[in-house]
Amino acid sequence: MESQKTISIDGRDVPLEGEKSLLEVIRKAGIDIPTFCYVSELSTYGACRMCTVDIEGRGLQTSCSTPPEAGMKVRTSTEPVRQLRKVALELILANHERECPSCAKNLDCRLQDISKKMGVGKVRFRNVSQQAPIDETVAIRRDPNKCILCGDCVRMCGEVQGIGAIDLAYRGHDVRVQPAFGKSLDEVSCVFCGQCVRVCPTGALTPMSETGAVWKDLHDPKKTVVAQIAPAVRVALGESFGYAPGEVTTGQIVAAMKMMGFDKVYDTCFAADMTILEEGNEFIQRVTQGGTLPMFTSCCPGWVKYMEQFQPDLLGHLSTCKSPQQMFGSVAKDIVAPEMGLRREDMVVVSIMPCTAKKFEAKRPEFARDGVGDVDHVLTTIELVQMIKECGIQFRDLKPEAMDMPLGFKTGAGVIFGNSGGVMEAALRYVYEKVENKVLEDCEFHEVRGEAGLREAQVTLAGQTFKLAVVHSLDNARQLMERVKAGTSGYHFIEVMSCPGGCINGGGQPVSFKRDARKKRTEGLYQADKAQQLHKSQENPCVLELYEKSLGSVGGRKAHHMLHTHFGARRRIQGQTLELAGGPAGDKLLVKVCMGTSCYLKGSQSLMQRLARHVAEQQWQAQVQPQATFCFEACDRGPTVQIGEQVLHHCTYEQALDAIEAALALRQRRMGAEA
Amino acid sequence: MQTLRSPMEVAFEGREGLRKIVICTGTGCIANGALEVKEAFQRELAAAGFATVEHFTQLGQLKGGDDSAYLSKSGCQGFCQMGPLVSIQPEDILYTKVKASDVKAIVERTLKAGELIPELLYANPVNKTRCRSQHEIPFYKSQTRFVLKQCGDLDPESLQEYLAIGGYQAAKRCWTELTAEDVCKEMLDSGLRGRGGGGFPTGRKWELTRVQPEPKKYVICNGDEGDPGAFMDRSVMEGNPHSVIEGMMIAARGIGADEGYVYVRAEYPLAVKRVRQACADAREAGLLGDDAFGTGRRFDVQVMEGAGAFVCGEETALMGSIEGERGMPSPKPPFPAQSGLWAKPTVINNVETLATVPLIMAMGAKVFRGMGTGTSPGTKTFALSGHVLNTGLIEVPFGLTLRDVVHGIGGGVTNRQGKLDAKGFKAVQIGGPSGGCLTQEHLDLPLDFDSLRSIGAMVGSGGLVVMNHGTCMVAIARYFMKFTQQESCGKCVLCREGTKQMLLLLEDIVEGRGSLETLDMLQELGTAVQRGSLCGLGKTAPNPVLSTLRQFRAEYLAHVVEKRCPTGECKALAKPEIAAERCKGCGLCMKKCPVGAISGELRKPHSIDDALCIKCGACAQACRFEAVVGV
Repeated sequence: MESQKTISIDGRDVPLEGEKSLLEVIRKAGIDIPTFCYVSELSTYGACRMCTVDIEGRGLQTSCSTPPEAGMKVRTSTEPVRQLRKVALELILANHERECPSCAKNLDCRLQDISKKMGVGKVRFRNVSQQAPIDETVAIRRDPNKCILCGDCVRMCGEVQGIGAIDLAYRGHDVRVQPAFGKSLDEVSCVFCGQCVRVCPTGALTPMSETGAVWKDLHDPKKTVVAQIAPAVRVALGESFGYAPGEVTTGQIVAAMKMMGFDKVYDTCFAADMTILEEGNEFIQRVTQGGTLPMFTSCCPGWVKYMEQFQPDLLGHLSTCKSPQQMFGSVAKDIVAPEMGLRREDMVVVSIMPCTAKKFEAKRPEFARDGVGDVDHVLTTIELVQMIKECGIQFRDLKPEAMDMPLGFKTGAGVIFGNSGGVMEAALRYVYEKVENKVLEDCEFHEVRGEAGLREAQVTLAGQTFKLAVVHSLDNARQLMERVKAGTSGYHFIEVMSCPGGCINGGGQPVSFKRDARKKRTEGLYQADKAQQLHKSQENPCVLELYEKSLGSVGGRKAHHMLHTHFGARRRIQGQTLELAGGPAGDKLLVKVCMGTSCYLKGSQSLMQRLARHVAEQQWQAQVQPQATFCFEACDRGPTVQIGEQVLHHCTYEQALDAIEAALALRQRRMGAEA
Repeated sequence: MQTLRSPMEVAFEGREGLRKIVICTGTGCIANGALEVKEAFQRELAAAGFATVEHFTQLGQLKGGDDSAYLSKSGCQGFCQMGPLVSIQPEDILYTKVKASDVKAIVERTLKAGELIPELLYANPVNKTRCRSQHEIPFYKSQTRFVLKQCGDLDPESLQEYLAIGGYQAAKRCWTELTAEDVCKEMLDSGLRGRGGGGFPTGRKWELTRVQPEPKKYVICNGDEGDPGAFMDRSVMEGNPHSVIEGMMIAARGIGADEGYVYVRAEYPLAVKRVRQACADAREAGLLGDDAFGTGRRFDVQVMEGAGAFVCGEETALMGSIEGERGMPSPKPPFPAQSGLWAKPTVINNVETLATVPLIMAMGAKVFRGMGTGTSPGTKTFALSGHVLNTGLIEVPFGLTLRDVVHGIGGGVTNRQGKLDAKGFKAVQIGGPSGGCLTQEHLDLPLDFDSLRSIGAMVGSGGLVVMNHGTCMVAIARYFMKFTQQESCGKCVLCREGTKQMLLLLEDIVEGRGSLETLDMLQELGTAVQRGSLCGLGKTAPNPVLSTLRQFRAEYLAHVVEKRCPTGECKALAKPEIAAERCKGCGLCMKKCPVGAISGELRKPHSIDDALCIKCGACAQACRFEAVVGV
């Protein structure tokens, strides 16, 4: 019998089971080698050097970048290895703002954790950290002084999300992570998914805290503070209090929030059930009335911002439904508040979300009236944990309490919204019964569950076969969008969530040192679905009652007004228009041609060239100044050309010429009149 | 097997009486006015009634005769400090430091009347004798110009001339007569080792790439020469670009690549222009392109300008840069041979290595092995600079001793005034910021990959900086550390943070804040950076520090214990004092002192107030009696 292939690690034979790196084998062997820049879902980077080990015959090597080979003899803690790790760690600490007690990541910080384990007594090197300004955005706080340049955020943003909103800039000791042109994350293509926050080992990237504002409203006797809790929060919050990932602690969360002074605690799952009715109905309508297909889900604010910035041509595919958070906000402020005898401004809606992008969503102007949003504050799971701890509440000792009614009532369909594939599954449970007009017995659709980046399913409804797709992480979504644009996708309905695994793995969830946390949280939500009495949104009696009493019919006029929204093209870089080519115009007629990606892809460059050539041929140089510029935020209507004050969309060469000639003629007439 | 013919021989064939005037148009000579000299020749030759051509292809128009001239330009001839250089053939006269105003005289006196102009000949600084030709100049005499041979002779912008001397014959043979295995084997047999620094056997690199099953492969020429003071690769690219392309074609045949890149640093505009032109010409001639040498197989080369970063000379960073990524090294494995450019098997060789390849294929591995040493066959170019009489680009066989280079080719060590100083030698920094220093005891060390490695130095890319006793080794170490710190890509902790802390420690030492502990820390940190950095740049960054710590420990100790810089170079450690016995009390120093730190009565010895003194040295410069000491 052939003996199994093994590696000797610290004298013990460890079998090889297809691991990609030596590091994985070592960790499997029960040795927790420290790392900062190793994240299994990202490319190997090899920068922190902490995972260095001694391989017989090869000397010191980083285990993350070494493929395991049978027969290797590895020592993980020799004198030179320990010495190297210690020096590397001291070097990192010497360039780190060590204000630990006041750091948001205090006690959840990998740098602290590893420093403690390595027993760094004293940092012998000079402190070389330089004070750089902190970038506080609507959703994410970026503190470069805490950054250890492991590059995890950069690779997450580029490789998994396909966005590249941040990258390394400069060289030598001046290297830093920053958005393009040193701008704020608010002004670039960041979609605020917070995956960078999730992988950051230090306090360099954290959710932008809103706890202060929430406390202020809780303490204000004139305000009635109501909360909604997103499904994914309940399977992760407990981790911060010693519960296993996936363990549902809804009751304790409600109890804690009531103790903190929340007047009502409701469930976002209720609004998720509403979303299913509206979205399912919209899908059926699009199918039956020849609307734009495939239809995309629109619950995920990171995904929506991505679409507005990168795929403006496909915005018509997005379901017009508001996300559950915003549906809840509308219902709370415009239906529940009056019922409670409150003025709109006296009710404060606080969302507890696993997500940083929800902070951005709540601040979108479409969701506000007179400057006051439907949702006032968004707390991430991490922030709520901090507030509970601040109050000294012994979370584990709490007696579970029930959510308030009626907005606290949900079905299992609303609960699974937190998993990738959950929205699709919930929608299927509704659409099936609606279209087939019969009861769906087994309502679990296992085809749309799982971990694959793209999952496909087919259902036959009323004799017609529908192709469905579920994607998570935005680079997967981007690839799928290419197929949609090419017309080769063949799908009817696509669910997209920005975060790998869905909301349970959002940027606002507690830091987990446990490697299977994501899987356990996913299972937790499916278990929670099983635990519910009802599993289909259309069976939610409180939702049905709300429609009957206040909203009218699903997809009807009032529902549409309150529960749907619109989207628009959005620039990726904020700020002034960039003049890319062409000189100052003086009093010449300015012809600005957009060279942004969308317009460029629609031929704006050759348009610009032809116009410039024509201007030269006609010897109009004294009167006309063509100029290449950047982004009119009308990407879906490109190429966009501005001639004087007139903005032309879908502009052709002939149209531009006509407009230039007309503008020149007008100028001449004016000049004649003045003379 | 045949070697290349000399361009001169080709030009004179059947043209009795023709004169060939070669003007060096390397970057150094151009900076000194070579283009103006060339224009002057055009004018003066016409005025003197010479039938002149300037391009090899026009030579056919000349029948020969005393009044015919071929005014040609060449790449760098190496002796840049004496430029612009003009050589006249067949007389084999080398005029140095030629100005446009000298040209009329050259035409009238040398070309027409056949006489020498002694003032324009190189004067041996030792015995003042004038040298008529290259062969008489000590700088050239001890060299073996092999790779650089054609650089000073050939018109780098003429494919026809390169073809006429037998260029592309070696590549043609590889493509039409040899198998890929043959090519790799020949390279392996030649023992050629990479000239870019590491000294990895080229043949092995090729063979490793050849055996990869992936059908798409790349050849990359690394022309991102970034060491301060090094310009070997630039000279080859400027002086003989076709040799590099031919080398790439041979490599491509050896590994089965159909695409190549020349990555040239953007700061070398002339090299970029010439290599680009050479590629275009070779493509036009059907050498590059879809049908290389009529074999129906494809190989084409693109030229890519570097991104202005030293680290892009590291192969994985360079490939990243070609792909449009930030130039940052990535961990090896995978090696480029396995997964290189766009994750395809890739051979990446340095310019000089590739330029050597066609010569080896032409002369055969066996003959090539006759040059140099057993484990380091062939020649190596070095950029010789610092405190030596002759500086410039040199080429020597491996195994030549440091003494031969410094005292032979370099003409000996000079003092602060630039005069020969027989006992002046202190050290040589070899291999730039990645290398180490060699001292008196290494003067008879043969320069080759292995003996240098054995003493903790390396050939590196080939910078050779000679230093006299006036050079502070701590300051030198700091200089190189500052360079690597600034050029670190900032990716891995040990290089980014480690070199920064090392630099701070060195600054402490030269500014008088150092202690014995500082030296221990420097040693510990240097060792950690060396062991633990991600790429070659980081791993070798501590070399200048560690090797000076080892070789010149006493000098470091003087800085940290006595707070004294033995050479006086470290201004912060200076303790200016006025030697009473020499001071005449003239008061000049007192007048010059910007902070009023000097006092004294006229005609009586003055003194300096330590508390006020800013150690600027103005007093020492002013003193006519060398009475100010310790600065």
